[in-house]
Amino acid sequence: MSAAKDLAAGSADSSFALLREGEGLRLRFVGAWTTRELARHDAALRRLDLQGARSVAVDLGACSAVDSAGAWVLERTFEDLRRQGAEVSLINCPPAIETLLGTVAREHCELPPAPKAENPLLAVTIRIGRETLRRGREARDLISFLGLTVTVLLRSLLKPWRIRPVALIAHMEQTGLNALPIVGLISFLVGVVLAYQGADQLARFGAQIFTVNLVAIGVLREMGILLTAIIVAGRSGSAFTAQIGTMKVNEEVDAMRTLGLDPMEVLVMPRVIALVLVLPLLTFYADVMGLLGGAVMATVVLDISFFQFARQLNDAVTPWTFWIGIIKAPLFAFIIGMIGCYEGLQVSRSAESVGRQTTRAVVEAIFLVIVLDALLSIFFSVIGI
Amino acid sequence: MQRSNGSAAVRQGEEILSVTGLRTQFGPAVIHNDLDFSVRAGEVMGVVGGSGTGKSVLVRTIVGLNKPRAGRIVVFGQDVAALAPAQRRALQSRWGVLFQDGALFSSLTVAQNIEVPMKEHSDLPPALRKELVEVKIAMVGLPPDAAHKFPAELSGGMRKRAGLARALALDADILFLDEPTAGLDPIGAANFDNLIGDLQRALGLTVVMVTHDLDSLYAICDRVSVLVDKRVKVGTIEQLMREPDPWIQEYFGGPRGRAAAGSAERAARPSGADGAPQGRA
Repeated sequence: MSAAKDLAAGSADSSFALLREGEGLRLRFVGAWTTRELARHDAALRRLDLQGARSVAVDLGACSAVDSAGAWVLERTFEDLRRQGAEVSLINCPPAIETLLGTVAREHCELPPAPKAENPLLAVTIRIGRETLRRGREARDLISFLGLTVTVLLRSLLKPWRIRPVALIAHMEQTGLNALPIVGLISFLVGVVLAYQGADQLARFGAQIFTVNLVAIGVLREMGILLTAIIVAGRSGSAFTAQIGTMKVNEEVDAMRTLGLDPMEVLVMPRVIALVLVLPLLTFYADVMGLLGGAVMATVVLDISFFQFARQLNDAVTPWTFWIGIIKAPLFAFIIGMIGCYEGLQVSRSAESVGRQTTRAVVEAIFLVIVLDALLSIFFSVIGI
Repeated sequence: MQRSNGSAAVRQGEEILSVTGLRTQFGPAVIHNDLDFSVRAGEVMGVVGGSGTGKSVLVRTIVGLNKPRAGRIVVFGQDVAALAPAQRRALQSRWGVLFQDGALFSSLTVAQNIEVPMKEHSDLPPALRKELVEVKIAMVGLPPDAAHKFPAELSGGMRKRAGLARALALDADILFLDEPTAGLDPIGAANFDNLIGDLQRALGLTVVMVTHDLDSLYAICDRVSVLVDKRVKVGTIEQLMREPDPWIQEYFGGPRGRAAAGSAERAARPSGADGAPQGRA
């Protein structure tokens, strides 16, 4: 029927009627009893009143179509009537509908009730416990991965011919060269913002010229490297996880192992080394762009010429100011690369976990970069540079 | 076996899906060119072809997931391309699609998955929806306790059954199956074939089935469309075996084809006409 139910359009309207007929009742169904018609009749059919009758004759002769949902509703109604003590008989029932009614009657089972949600307090406690354990385990795994990475790195440095040059250069291009526009633009804008905000505040003391110091130290010591690291974590750290994770899903990593290739050497090393080489260069570039942004802003708003800016810059910073920023770069690069690769290798065999691990890689990398930056700031101030 | 009644008897065997002059193309690669394809009400149509001949693409184009470059697709007498959005939605509730791995929504339980089309396309009250979900789950042969499980907790065969239940949620008229038995073990595949055959007979479905599985073809298909040279050749398996095309010859006449034919014959002999695929054509 269902194939035909709407080809026979026009007769799509459905209805039913309960008529008294001598001792018993006659329940007459008319029209197409299909899914879209049922909503109108469901409530009424559940409340059928037998009016004391002992037998019900169900007349399906005028039904133009019945689909499985319709058949279920009919069958349920018959069952209800039987439960109320009436005898149900089918009259004028086309054989096809009868078969369908039989099928539906056979194919119904109560579902077990949906599992109840846990007590919220308990659920929260369980979740805290579980997360704590997971994080602990992850910290442990990350530390052992750190050890592994360092070992393999040292081994590669002892036998540099084992480092894969093509992969290394390709990753340097992707993580370094291709990041230039975004890193440059963001550093430039941060230079502009620092200069503008600094000038606003320092003008109250008539010390606008120190805006240059603010921009220089801010950009060279902290902002240049931190922003570059965060951009690279979002851009390249996530890409590492996604690349390695996809290979994991495709079983490429397993294939590599069976061919005697070490994924640490083939996948992790080129990425980590590329990032360690490239991030200091990116940082230098970010420093230049940040200072340029500050200088442009200073010229436009503060009437400090480029020449004055350069002279003040020379007074404001020592080479150490610059080197402190640059020294941090390889450390951050190592962390970002390592976490990106680690999370990639943690991907299980589902596509869904690629997304989850990628998010995790970015969050962890940025978190650790900022924590390390804070620690280094304290360290540098303790040793007095 | 025929579920005809009144007006339906006349319409059994009428074309409810027809594709004419279809051309699909991805970049410079032409997949189908001037392809004609039609399906009659109440039949099971198998779609076969070598890898990359565009079997799945054909189904995806018919259900509107791909835009054809040229050609007309008429379903239930309506030109799909010319439909207004509201009519399109109505049409979507009249076909069900089973994707290769079930394509269940991973954040919903099986029962919720089956409920999605009912919520979206009908105004059935919640109590009735729940009962209908129960019927569908039992109909596709899932155990009741699978209802509250998430797709990730199910085996491949169960995911396909759940996907089939979702495709049938609104009592679709046409069911599109994309490789329903791929990835199942032979026993699971045979069970799934039987399930589709049983449901097709019980509900009077029209089924379009993309498959590689020769056993499925012999077990449940009335007619088969073979994709060769960017077009289709249609016929029963006997008719197709007389085609001179080398791919078709190789496909049905090769060792696997002969094995499937042999086992289909053995299965048909003891149980009489019931399991024979040609009985209904």
